[in-house]
Amino acid sequence: MTAAALRRTVTQAPATNLQLAAHRARVRRTVWIWLGQFFVALFVIGGWQWFTAAGWVDKFFFGQPTGIWNSLVHLFTVGTAFGSIWENLWVTVQEALLGFLLGTGAGVVAGILLGSNRYLASVFGPYIKIVNSVPRIVLGSIFIVAFGLGVFPKVLLAAVLVFFVVFFNAFQGVREVDQNLVANVRVLGASPLQVARHVTIPSAMTWIIASLHTAFGFAIIGALVAEVLGATHGIGLIISQAQGNFDPDTVFACMVITSVFTLLAEYLITLLERSILRWRPPNRSESQAI
Amino acid sequence: MVETSPPHVAKPGAEDAARINIVGLSKRYLTPKGEVFTAIHDVTLTVEPGQFCAIVGPTGCGKSTTLAQVSGLEQPSSGSVSVGNHIVDGITNGVSYMFQADALFPWKSVLGNVMIGPLLLGTPKVEATRLAKDWLRRVGLAGFEDRFPHQLSGGMRKRVAMAAALINNPRILLMDEPFGALDVQTKAIMQTELLQLWEELRPSVLFITHDLDEAVALSDRVVIMTSSPGSVKDIFDIDLPRPRGDVQHIRHEQRFLELQGQIWESLKDEVTRAYERSAAVAA
Repeated sequence: MTAAALRRTVTQAPATNLQLAAHRARVRRTVWIWLGQFFVALFVIGGWQWFTAAGWVDKFFFGQPTGIWNSLVHLFTVGTAFGSIWENLWVTVQEALLGFLLGTGAGVVAGILLGSNRYLASVFGPYIKIVNSVPRIVLGSIFIVAFGLGVFPKVLLAAVLVFFVVFFNAFQGVREVDQNLVANVRVLGASPLQVARHVTIPSAMTWIIASLHTAFGFAIIGALVAEVLGATHGIGLIISQAQGNFDPDTVFACMVITSVFTLLAEYLITLLERSILRWRPPNRSESQAI
Repeated sequence: MVETSPPHVAKPGAEDAARINIVGLSKRYLTPKGEVFTAIHDVTLTVEPGQFCAIVGPTGCGKSTTLAQVSGLEQPSSGSVSVGNHIVDGITNGVSYMFQADALFPWKSVLGNVMIGPLLLGTPKVEATRLAKDWLRRVGLAGFEDRFPHQLSGGMRKRVAMAAALINNPRILLMDEPFGALDVQTKAIMQTELLQLWEELRPSVLFITHDLDEAVALSDRVVIMTSSPGSVKDIFDIDLPRPRGDVQHIRHEQRFLELQGQIWESLKDEVTRAYERSAAVAA
């Protein structure tokens, strides 16, 4: 072995040791995090079960984890007064998804239009502020009176809630566009449409996608509230029925079902975000994920 | 490198198309308080076709404003800019702009960034890709086509910006402190490469800088502007022979030092005045 090669192996050996140590530290850290998360869940759910079982908290009002579990089993095996749980879940999911798509589409279009046109922004600005300050959830009552107990008024309420979240982000995103970039493509001869396609829309996309996480939560809220206000099917109807029967366990069970669905949707949005915004430096999207 | 004879030698007619004539140019802005602020006042200067002209002046003397009028991004308050024999009214054809902050699209790959110029002119995608690849090779970035701008160093981003600015073979190249944010070594390398590319294409260049050494080393003509409101104070012709080769070697030549000394005499007063004014505002 030559002297140079010898020196290389000598310097390499500690490097692999270092990698091994780093790997071990990473594994240890992950295990500790999982343990911590497990104990938080055990503490909250176990405490709840213990307090209600001991009678310090009345399970008639606040439910009980085992009761919620039984309720879930009942919902999935026996079903509800309005058909199987799947049927009802599908109605709610449909309303939330349609409302989400409608609200996002309208919000993006309106945000980009008003963001890039000062005249439109000045004309509509005050009205949008007024409508935004109205407690929009109340519109649900009007929609149900106007459009009946079907799917449409729920979609509409979900869309209205989603619209404003997406709209304000799209608007702000367009306003934050780097003016150097706009000047650059304009000098190269870009038409207003080309400026929008190559600069404004991709640049606003960061803001729009960030708003989708919040917006989806609002879509679910819109659909559920509208169902509570009046419906023939849906999770919101089961909730309002359970409320009438003094059955908190079923209300909690419905909350669990919707949460699982929302987490799933959230995961899909994160995948979309990664694929559309893959040009971003990785550390930024990581902090976004938290 | 591709052998191309500079267009202004081949066709005298095309030569005139690249002349920049600025006559009595003034630009006033309304400040948010409603006062009138004169950025530049009565600027008159000519850039001959294929000439490399640097504008040097103290901070805030309206150098960038002058460029914005030439590109047609802004309209003058009085006076006129003509490119070739046409008065500038709206965006001028055949102009490329290079900014201090690299105006690259963070969401486009390196190739996408360079391609945008020909695509906006309506070049088919296949042809634009071929052109962009060729230009990336010329600026030494072959193999980096798929990277995104944030994955490149400052110098590499400048090369991408340079390829993007030159790919359309512009008649006129406007550069607004393009190398201002680079470290000294990278700056010298980029200056040398810019000179090489310029010798091949010979567009007329208006080059804004704070750096007097940079101005003298690169240019045929150095314009000194007064502190705000900006107007032309002095014009110096730089008779250093071309091609100049490595920028770092020119700095040690006797003639370079003489010219640099003369121009600094003219610039010094303006820089001092601008500094005193900003100090007075701060106090």
